[in-house]
Amino acid sequence: MHVPDGYLDAATTAGTAAVAAAGVAIALRGARRELDERTAPMAGLTAAFVFAVQMMNFPVAYGTSGHLIGGALTAVLVGPWTAVLCMTVVLLVQALVFADGGLTALGTNVTLMALVAVAAGYGIFAGLRRVLPAGRTGVLTAAGLGAFLSVPAAALAFVLLFGAGGVADVPLGSVAAAMGAVHLLIGLGEAAITVAVLGAVLAVRPDLVRGARGLQVAPELAPRPSAAQPLDLR
Amino acid sequence: MGAGHAHGGLAAAYVAGNSPVHRLEPHTKLVAVLAFALVVVLTPVHAGWAPLAYAGFLALLLGVAAVARVRLGRLLRGLAVEVPFVLFALLLPFVSRGPRIDVLGVSLSQSGLAAGGSILAKATLSVLAATLLAATTDPRALLRGLERLRLPSVLVQILTFMIRYADVIGGELRRMKVARESRGFRGRHLGALKVLGPAAGSLFIRSYERGERVHLAMLSRGYTGRLPTGPVAVVGGRAWATALSLPLAAAAVLAAGSLLG
Repeated sequence: MHVPDGYLDAATTAGTAAVAAAGVAIALRGARRELDERTAPMAGLTAAFVFAVQMMNFPVAYGTSGHLIGGALTAVLVGPWTAVLCMTVVLLVQALVFADGGLTALGTNVTLMALVAVAAGYGIFAGLRRVLPAGRTGVLTAAGLGAFLSVPAAALAFVLLFGAGGVADVPLGSVAAAMGAVHLLIGLGEAAITVAVLGAVLAVRPDLVRGARGLQVAPELAPRPSAAQPLDLR
Repeated sequence: MGAGHAHGGLAAAYVAGNSPVHRLEPHTKLVAVLAFALVVVLTPVHAGWAPLAYAGFLALLLGVAAVARVRLGRLLRGLAVEVPFVLFALLLPFVSRGPRIDVLGVSLSQSGLAAGGSILAKATLSVLAATLLAATTDPRALLRGLERLRLPSVLVQILTFMIRYADVIGGELRRMKVARESRGFRGRHLGALKVLGPAAGSLFIRSYERGERVHLAMLSRGYTGRLPTGPVAVVGGRAWATALSLPLAAAAVLAAGSLLG
């Protein structure tokens, strides 16, 4: 998925680098609201989690496996601004330490996988949360759809960039169709893993899921009504 | 998608050594590698002399690798991350528009051939350069370099924590895997999600809680939101000249190509 050097021309590369820098600068401010003075340690540990979970292979069908990209999941777990920072840091480490994704293309990769994927994933999640019934199922459905669509959204953004500043003259429509179709499939995997992970966290520590605030279980130590009334066993 | 970093932690990329390349200040190396990648990217795709320029760039990189005593095998392993894009580049001659030529009876697009070839060459060269950087600079030094290049301090701190704890979290993941498999778990199909999802979920909870503990521990040691850094080494003109000799030589190759070609 990482765009290497030499795919896009200099103007497009410089443009996406500027977009990435602006986006990260805004996210740095936003994350202070989400995490206040805990920004650095919490975002750092969450980035380490994203980095580790990307190494985890989930079997898809016989013989093939995929891994999580994690933009939408991270946004639902820790909030969109922190998620942008985490994805940016992970991409930076991958480019510098593993040569995964080009150095000059870092801005492009941050734009696609940190900004577009998180914005699409979280935007869809937040929009659906308003429409869907509040509750565990609603949160999981919204997050699953957000994760599902965040992957083709990033892929289509790449096709647009390739159309604007790609080095090859390819029929854009068919490239978009092919990329869209492949990434819809990848998105299905992303959605399945996102829902599974989120469901597990919701079951154990719902308070850690930022996107599910307001879903907290009622306090269990409420004074009980007098024993004469029938107990409400839920 | 990054398949290349599945085998080892962050430290696995670094090859310890004491060569002149290892000893360069990290921020000069970062600038040099970025500038080299820029020169490679700026090489015109459709010029007839482009393949010669690529060969020149490759020779320069191999020269640096020889000075740094980084083995060829390490460089080739670094190339593994490229594989998905090799497929894309191989596809280009078939789908691109423009005048076509026949190669062994298959009609290929001329511009597609040039574009596919140059994408492959440029991506390979830049991956090799970045691999050299990672092999001669350990992650903490990279961090110091980024800090000196004025990356925003919060981002540097996030990176610090991430690099410090990536191997810890990765180790936790490995232990969970060993525990699963010693209980007979074999993930073969989608049903494994029921096991792997909660595993990843509990990894998140453990990471997040560890973050809170680390934060409290740092607060109790006087953390104010900034990490103190020691005095920085003064980097003279000669060190910069040594580091920048790689991109300057590459720029010379590029200039020679466009003047003579």
